[in-house]
Amino acid sequence: MLDELIDGTVSAETRTRLEEHLGGCAHCVVTLNTTRKTIEVYRSNELYALPKGVRDRLHAAIVARCKNGC
Amino acid sequence: MATIQVTEGNEQHPDVALVASAVAGDVHAFEALIRKYDRQIFRIAQHITQNREDAEDVMQDAFLKAYEKLDQFQGNSKFYTWLVRIAVNESLMRLRKRRTGKMVSIDEDIETDEGSVPRDLADWSPNPEQNYSQTELAKILRKTIQGLPPGFRVVFVLRDVDGLSTEETAEMLGLSVPAVKSRLLRARLQLRERLSRYFRSKKGGVE
Ligand SMILES: [Zn+2]
Repeated sequence: MLDELIDGTVSAETRTRLEEHLGGCAHCVVTLNTTRKTIEVYRSNELYALPKGVRDRLHAAIVARCKNGC
Repeated sequence: MATIQVTEGNEQHPDVALVASAVAGDVHAFEALIRKYDRQIFRIAQHITQNREDAEDVMQDAFLKAYEKLDQFQGNSKFYTWLVRIAVNESLMRLRKRRTGKMVSIDEDIETDEGSVPRDLADWSPNPEQNYSQTELAKILRKTIQGLPPGFRVVFVLRDVDGLSTEETAEMLGLSVPAVKSRLLRARLQLRERLSRYFRSKKGGVE
């Protein structure tokens, strides 16, 4: 249910009910906040940047095939 | 959280025109597709294979395969969805090669006790990532996600990092929608619990 709130897929009715519950439940508030933070921190940090040179290598490979066929 | 806007009706996805031009022989159109998606494809491959060399090869092979089979590409499926499917399959092949004898697949459903019951629920400091340098943080995040099964990692990356819909993710991975949902929940739960070690506030948690 909390995950649906995170994903924005809850109905307005359920949202209201959840928000009411969150007002009095520290456990759910912590769950919600830390889950949101988990997603955010993975979104905003590039863990595997494209290494230099990979794009050029691919470019060369594509052009080589293109010359042979297109 | 951002939701994906699905373009429907007359509005054509911009990739459709690029694919058509590439099929007609315009190599620049295909290169535009590469520039658009190479980072994501590399990231997905790296998350599955956990090996930089393999990820580079996967990215290369996925685009080359896509280029060769472009005329067979069915327009009813999105180009990116199709491309990710190719990259996921290539990644799994390489992962299997490196772990001979070990079963590796995206649909292997791993039952873990971990994360099923949230224990030790601690609140985090307001901006917990600020206690670490960029390099330290990236290291923590990599280490944390690497501990998850491959099928969980890739679902989390497609859904929560790339922001794709549950349906698209299911199609890309050849999984059912409920399977994607259940994996995503468990991935989030496990990541959150593992990150707590680093991010919890010093004051301690909620009982
Ligand atoms: Zn609650």
